[in-house]
Amino acid sequence: MADLRNDFVGIKSPNPFWLASAPPTDKEYNVRRAFEAGWGGVVWKTLGLDPHIVNVNGPRYGAIWGADRRLLGLNNIELITDRPLQTNLDEIKVVKRDYPDRAVIVSLMVPCEEVCWNEILKKVEETGADGIELNFGCPHGMSERGMGSAVGQVPEYIEMVTRWCKAGTRMPVIVKLTPNITDIRYPARAANAGGADAVSLINTVSSITSVNLDTFSPEPSIDGKGSHGGYCGPAVKPIALNMVAEIARDAETAGLPISGIGGITTWRDAAEFLALGSGNVQVCTAAMTYGFKIIDELTAGLANWMDEAGHGDLDSFVGRAVPNVTDWQYLNLNYVAKANINQDLCIQCGRCFIACEDTSHQAITSTVNGVRKFEVIDEECVGCNLCVNVCPVENCITMDPLPEGVIDKRTGLKVDPTYSNWTEHPNNPARQAAE
Amino acid sequence: MAPDRLREGIAPARLGAEQYADNFADLHPPLSEHEAMVAADRCYFCYDAPCVTACPTQIDIPLFIRQIATGDPMGSANTIFDQNILGGMCARVCPTETLCEEACVREIAEGKPVLIGQLQRYATDVAMSQGRQFYERAQPSGKKVAVVGAGPAGLACAHRLAMHGHDVVVHDGRPKAGGLNEYGIAAYKTVDGFAQAEVDYVTAIGGIELKHESALGRDIQLDQLLEDHDAVFIGIGLADVNSLDVEGEEVEGVADAVDYIAGLRQADDLSKLPVGRRVVVIGGGMTAIDVAVQSKLLGAEEVTICYRRGKDRMNASEFEQDLATSKGVAIRHWLQPKRVVAEGGKAAAIELEYTEEQGGKLAGTGETLTLAADQIFKAIGQKLVSDSLGDAGVKLTGGRIDVDGEGRTANTKIWAGGDCTGEGEDLTVTAVAQGRDAAESIHAALSGGDA
Ligand SMILES: Cc1cc2nc3c(=O)[nH]c(=O)nc-3n(C[C@H](O)[C@H](O)[C@H](O)COP(=O)(O)OP(=O)(O)OC[C@H]3O[C@@H](n4cnc5c(N)ncnc54)[C@H](O)[C@@H]3O)c2cc1C
Ligand SMILES: Cc1cc2nc3c(=O)[nH]c(=O)nc-3n(C[C@H](O)[C@H](O)[C@H](O)COP(=O)(O)O)c2cc1C
Ligand code: SF4
Repeated sequence: MADLRNDFVGIKSPNPFWLASAPPTDKEYNVRRAFEAGWGGVVWKTLGLDPHIVNVNGPRYGAIWGADRRLLGLNNIELITDRPLQTNLDEIKVVKRDYPDRAVIVSLMVPCEEVCWNEILKKVEETGADGIELNFGCPHGMSERGMGSAVGQVPEYIEMVTRWCKAGTRMPVIVKLTPNITDIRYPARAANAGGADAVSLINTVSSITSVNLDTFSPEPSIDGKGSHGGYCGPAVKPIALNMVAEIARDAETAGLPISGIGGITTWRDAAEFLALGSGNVQVCTAAMTYGFKIIDELTAGLANWMDEAGHGDLDSFVGRAVPNVTDWQYLNLNYVAKANINQDLCIQCGRCFIACEDTSHQAITSTVNGVRKFEVIDEECVGCNLCVNVCPVENCITMDPLPEGVIDKRTGLKVDPTYSNWTEHPNNPARQAAE
Repeated sequence: MAPDRLREGIAPARLGAEQYADNFADLHPPLSEHEAMVAADRCYFCYDAPCVTACPTQIDIPLFIRQIATGDPMGSANTIFDQNILGGMCARVCPTETLCEEACVREIAEGKPVLIGQLQRYATDVAMSQGRQFYERAQPSGKKVAVVGAGPAGLACAHRLAMHGHDVVVHDGRPKAGGLNEYGIAAYKTVDGFAQAEVDYVTAIGGIELKHESALGRDIQLDQLLEDHDAVFIGIGLADVNSLDVEGEEVEGVADAVDYIAGLRQADDLSKLPVGRRVVVIGGGMTAIDVAVQSKLLGAEEVTICYRRGKDRMNASEFEQDLATSKGVAIRHWLQPKRVVAEGGKAAAIELEYTEEQGGKLAGTGETLTLAADQIFKAIGQKLVSDSLGDAGVKLTGGRIDVDGEGRTANTKIWAGGDCTGEGEDLTVTAVAQGRDAAESIHAALSGGDA
C-alpha cells in the first residue's frame, strides 16, 4: 500500500491533502469535522488585525455550471475572517492540541508595516500552529486596502514582507501567490529572495461570472450592484497547473517547495499537481461543493494509482512531469499523429465531422458510399485533435502516432525519426544552423 | 350505482370515481422545469441528426432541445411549430420509440435515448399555455381552398394554407374537429381536453372557417366544392372498419374498437360507460392495444388480445405491448377468430383457431380454443369510405387514395393526405407532414400564375 505521508517544509501530515484557507477552515467546528473526515491539514481562514473586517450580508458567490448543473467555476466576494482575532487564536490552539498529527497552518494578512506583522506573528506562535501562510492573493476587498493581491502584484513588497516574517518567527513561512499578474515567476522569485520556505498557488482569479439580464447587475448582486470577485474551482485548474510548472522549472526558484492549489477536485487532479512539482496540494471549492467526505476518494484514488504505477511514496513521483514541460520552440516537429475513429465505439453523433468541417481541416467524412459514416481522411488530417475533444465517447477517437518511415499522406513526406524543432526549421528566420 | 368489479356481462360502474380518475390520468405527466433541463442536457446536438431524419415532419430536434437547455422554451416551441403545428399532440401520441428516439445516438450509446417526445411537450406546453402565436397570415391571396376532414392532416393543411394567405373552409362530418385526436387516441395520452385546445390554437391564425357536421357525400358534394374553390384537400381518414367475417359477428357484445373508443373519448362520466367483465380483442395494432388497455382501466376483469401472427409482426410497438401487459392485458399470438358463441342473443365466448405460417402463408391448424367473452372488440384495421369521392377522377390503389410525393391526386385540383392515402404509416405525425406538404404544393400551384 502506497505511503501517503507528507513532509512539506518540515510540516508533517498523514496525507498531502490540506484544506485551503477559506470557509471550510474558518472555525474550530469546521476544522474538527475536516480532521475527523481525514484531511491531512488545514490552512486556517486568513486572520487579520482587530477590529475584524465585515462581510456583505447578501450573496457572496457567483457560479458557472456544466452539464447537469455541475459546478465548474465559483466566484466569491468574501473577505478574510470576520471574527475577532482572539477567538480564532483560541480555537487554533485547541484544535492543534487535539490533532497533533495534522498540519495546522495559519493564513495571515495585515497591513504592510513590520510592527503589524510582528504583533500577529507572536500571537500565532503561541497557538502551537505548524506554520504560516502569507495571503498575498485575495483579489477583492482587501486589495483595495493595500493588502492581498495589492501586495502580491508587487514583487518588492512580497520580498520585504517575507523577510520581516522570516525574521519575526521560527515558524515556516509559505507565501501564497495571486494569479492576477502577467508572469508568475516574478512574485515567486521575490518570495524566494525574501527567504520563503515555500510558495502556495494559486489564489483566486479576478472575475465576473455573470450578469443578471433583468436587473443588469453583475452576480452576486448586492442591492443591485456587484463587484468583481475571485474565481476558483475546476475551471481554474489549467491556469494553476501552468503557474505551478512555471515556478517548478524556473532556474531561479528550482527546488523551492510549492503547495499546489486551484481547482483540485479529484485524486487525479492532485496527482497532476504533484507531478508538476507541488510538494502537496490544497483544496477549497471541491470541499465546498461536495463536503469533506471527498477526502476518502482523494486518498484512496491517489493510493490506488500509486500502487498500480509502482510509486511507493509521494517523493517517487513528485516533480516527475517537470522535465517534460518545455517551450513550444523545442517541440519535435517531426512527430506526426493522425486521428483514428474507432467505428465500434462510434455512436454516429457527427460532432467530430461538423467541428472539423466547419472550423478546421475538412478531414472527416460524413458519409461513405452514401451511408452515414465518420472516418478520418488522412490526406487532410493535421492531427490537431479537436475531434477527440468534441467526441462525447471516451477513447472513441485516438491520436495515433505515425511510425518511422511511413508516408504522411497529407504532406507526402516520410516520417523522420530524428528530433527536429522550430529553432532549426528552414521557415524560421532566426534559425540557428544545425551542427 | 355502487361500484361492482365482478358484475357479469357488459356493465357500467365497475370502479369507484377515484379509480377512474387515477386510471385515466396522463400516461407521461409533463416534465418539470428541472426534469426538462436534465433531459435537455443529454442531447449532443448531433450533426445531420438521425432523430430529425426519423421524424416524419423533420422537426429540428437538436435545435429545439438546445433552446430548452439555454432557457428559451418559447424559441424552442417556435422551432417545433415551424415544422409541425400539431407538435403538441405529436409530443403526446407519437410512438417515439420507433421514430426519433429510436434513432437517437444515445439509444445506441446507452440504450437510453434523450426524452425527445417529452421535451417537445415541455416546450409546446409553454407556448400553448400562454396562447403565444408565432405565425401571421401573408397578404390575402384571394384564393379559396376547401379542406375535407378536420383531423391532423386537414388541420395541418389548413394552417399552412392560411399562413400563405389563402382562405380555407374546413368541413368535417363530426360535431367536433380534431379527427382521431378527438375521437380515437387513447384517453390517457391526451388529457384535459387537449385536442380541442389544440384545434383552437391552430385555427387562431385566422382565415380558417370550421364547418362541423358537414359531411362530404351527405351535406356537401365534391363537384360543388371544386366549383366554388381553387383547390380541394381531402383528409377524411378511414371511416370504416374491417369486419371479421365470422359467424355471430352481428350479435350484441361484438363491437368496433374505434367506435367504442370514440364513445369513451366523448364520455363525460366514465362510470356510465359499460364494459365487459371478460373482454377479447381481435387485432395486433395500436387500436387493439388501446381498446384493450382502456377496457382494463374501465374495470374489465380479464382482457385478452388475440393476434393471428407472432409478436414480431404486431403493428403495435414494443412500448405499447409492454404498456398493455403492465396493465394486466394478456397478449396471445397465433390465434384467429372462428365463431362468436352467443347465448340469448349476446356474446358469451369466442372460438379461435390456432394458426401457423406455412411457406410464408398464414394457415389455420384446425385446432381450436374457446375463450369466455361477454365483449369482443374488432380491431383488425380500418378502411376508406370512398363513395363520397364520386366520379371526380381521384384514383385509388389498395383501397386508399393515390397521391404523389406532394399529395397530388389524379385530379389536378384535388390533393389528399393522412390515413386516407396509401402513403406512409397511419400516424398522427405522418398525417401532419402530408397535410403540410400538400398545402405547400397547393400554394405553389395557386401562385403559379403570379410567378
Ligand atoms: C384507436 C386509435 C389510436 C391511435 N393512436 C395513435 C397514437 O397513439 N399515435 C399516433 O401517431 N397515431 C395513432 N393513431 C393513428 C392516427 O390517429 C391517425 O393516423 C391520424 O389521426 C390520421 O389523421 P387524418 O387526418 O388522416 O385522419 P383522421 O384523424 O381520421 O381525421 C379524419 C377526419 O375526417 C372526417 N371525415 C371522415 N369522412 C368525412 C366526410 N365524408 N366528410 C367530412 N369529414 C369526414 C372525420 O370526422 C375526421 O375528423 C390511432 C388511430 C386509432 C384508430
Ligand atoms: C469563499 C472563499 C473564500 C476564500 N477566502 C480566502 C482567504 O481568506 N484566504 C486565502 O488565502 N484564500 C482564500 N480563498 C482562496 C482559496 O484558498 C483557494 O486559493 C482558491 O479557492 C483556489 O482553490 P480551489 O480551486 O480548490 O477552490 C477563498 C476562496 C473562497 C471560495
Ligand atoms: S464525435 Fe465521436 S461518436 Fe460522434 S461521430 Fe465523431 S467519433 Fe463518432
